[in-house]
Amino acid sequence: MGHRSWLAAIPPYAWLLVFFLFPFVLVAKLSVSHTVLAIPPYAPTLDLSRGAAGVRDFIGGLSGDTYRRLGQDHLYLAAYLSSLKVAAISTALLLLVGYPMAYGMARASPRSRTLLLMAVILPFWTSFLIRVYAWIAILKPEGLLNLVLSWLHFGPVEILNTPTAVYIGVVYSYLPFMVLPLYAALEKLDPTLLEAAADLGATPWRAFWRVTFPLSRPGVAAGSLLCFIPIVGEFVIPDLLGGPQSLMIGRTIWTEFFANRDWPSASAVAIVLLATLTLPILAYQHQQARALEGRR
Amino acid sequence: MRRGPSWFNIASVGLGLAFLYLPIVLLVAYSFNAGRLVTVWSGFSTRWYAALIEDEEMRDAAWITLRVGLISASAATVLGTLAAVGLVRGGLFRGRLLFAGMIYAPLVMPEVIMGLSLLLLFVALGQARGFWTLTAAHTTFTLCYVAVVVQARLVDFDRSLEEAAQDLGCPPWRTFLTVTLPNIAPAVAAGWMLAFTLSLDDLVVASFTSGPGATTLPMRIYSQVRLGVSPEINAVCTLLIGAVALGVALWGLVGRARTRAPV
Repeated sequence: MGHRSWLAAIPPYAWLLVFFLFPFVLVAKLSVSHTVLAIPPYAPTLDLSRGAAGVRDFIGGLSGDTYRRLGQDHLYLAAYLSSLKVAAISTALLLLVGYPMAYGMARASPRSRTLLLMAVILPFWTSFLIRVYAWIAILKPEGLLNLVLSWLHFGPVEILNTPTAVYIGVVYSYLPFMVLPLYAALEKLDPTLLEAAADLGATPWRAFWRVTFPLSRPGVAAGSLLCFIPIVGEFVIPDLLGGPQSLMIGRTIWTEFFANRDWPSASAVAIVLLATLTLPILAYQHQQARALEGRR
Repeated sequence: MRRGPSWFNIASVGLGLAFLYLPIVLLVAYSFNAGRLVTVWSGFSTRWYAALIEDEEMRDAAWITLRVGLISASAATVLGTLAAVGLVRGGLFRGRLLFAGMIYAPLVMPEVIMGLSLLLLFVALGQARGFWTLTAAHTTFTLCYVAVVVQARLVDFDRSLEEAAQDLGCPPWRTFLTVTLPNIAPAVAAGWMLAFTLSLDDLVVASFTSGPGATTLPMRIYSQVRLGVSPEINAVCTLLIGAVALGVALWGLVGRARTRAPV
């Protein structure tokens, strides 16, 4: 296809401008508006039918109040920090669980590799909500975990509605997202490099840290970003497993929006979250583009 | 790696898979429990499935979810495939960077932000929320997944075939239909399936962009889960898992095509 193939991009480009980019402008605009008891519950609204006067009223009505409130209310700051903390710890845990798994898969015979790959992808196709729900039955006080523990004569543990439950749920739900990029990187590893390292006297441990791990770094980066960014804004897992006191920013947006009907605050929280995530998102895009260039 | 897998490799893969599958197996098993308690086994029964068939709200929700999924996945496949062609074959056209950004960003964007921003769009447009706003929202984020899957295939695909067709006088759109499309078809189909399942599974974006008349299955399940665990939900979940497993199995049998993970 000739030089005019870029024309194919026009319909999706237009679609994404309208349904992806433009809505962010609206979020930004709403974050500097006031809350009012009306439908929609914010003011000012841009009334273009009144011409320049409408625009002037609109701009005059904007304010930085929501952001000021965001800075003063420690609850918001606490929610941001705890979201970042949960995401960072979860990503580390995911690497810890996912790396040995991906490594083991990459060392399996080619036939079983395909099967194992399918086995990791399959849960990824089943609903997030269902997978989180499955853990409630296991973790609740009279749940299956405590049933097994009581058989083994261990005391009951309380996990549901604690941070531990959130970590279990996050690691469980995001494990395929971590394993797949890691596996893709480890599968390509040339085994003769490890043989060379062994011939030159490196212990397997040293060979791993000097050869295998550095070469798998693109996979580590892709997997970590792919998990870290959505976990920061995660809503379902803290809501269902973390209990009422679990404080995460995705949940704050949800509550501000649906329970408090404070749309401007929800928007301001979203804008700050987006600003926090801009750097990791750009890093992810850069990483993806490089991976694709490498295959070209 | 020539040496076979060590015990450590086998153990880590085995434990990892057990961790992934145990909760799902338990959930499916307890959907056949006769008792109301999800933790005490009191005999095999299909009564919760029977109760499900009676449940009109669940049936409605399932029907809406299915329709939204079919329409949005099809629209997303067309748009996503076009996007992939533009990105891979379009050269460095003006605005490409922004375009690529808009394709990759939704893959990692927290769903809460996507949902909120789309809702504000529909409010600003004065569009009442319901079936079509939900479908548009699902099309938006799933088209990016399709684009990434198809793009991976296009990059690998030998371009000289297209050039040969063009040298022989084939117009661009026909080259696309007769040479390119058949070659990337497995990826396009995989993209459709991915888009369809993502739409089927989505709770957060749907909660923001759907209206009173268009409650989806995940929304219904979520509102019931908040009230507690019940074997009826286990039954719905089992049916959904079964549908997905069946789809993936059929896919493996029919295609044996190399589907790519969306990462």
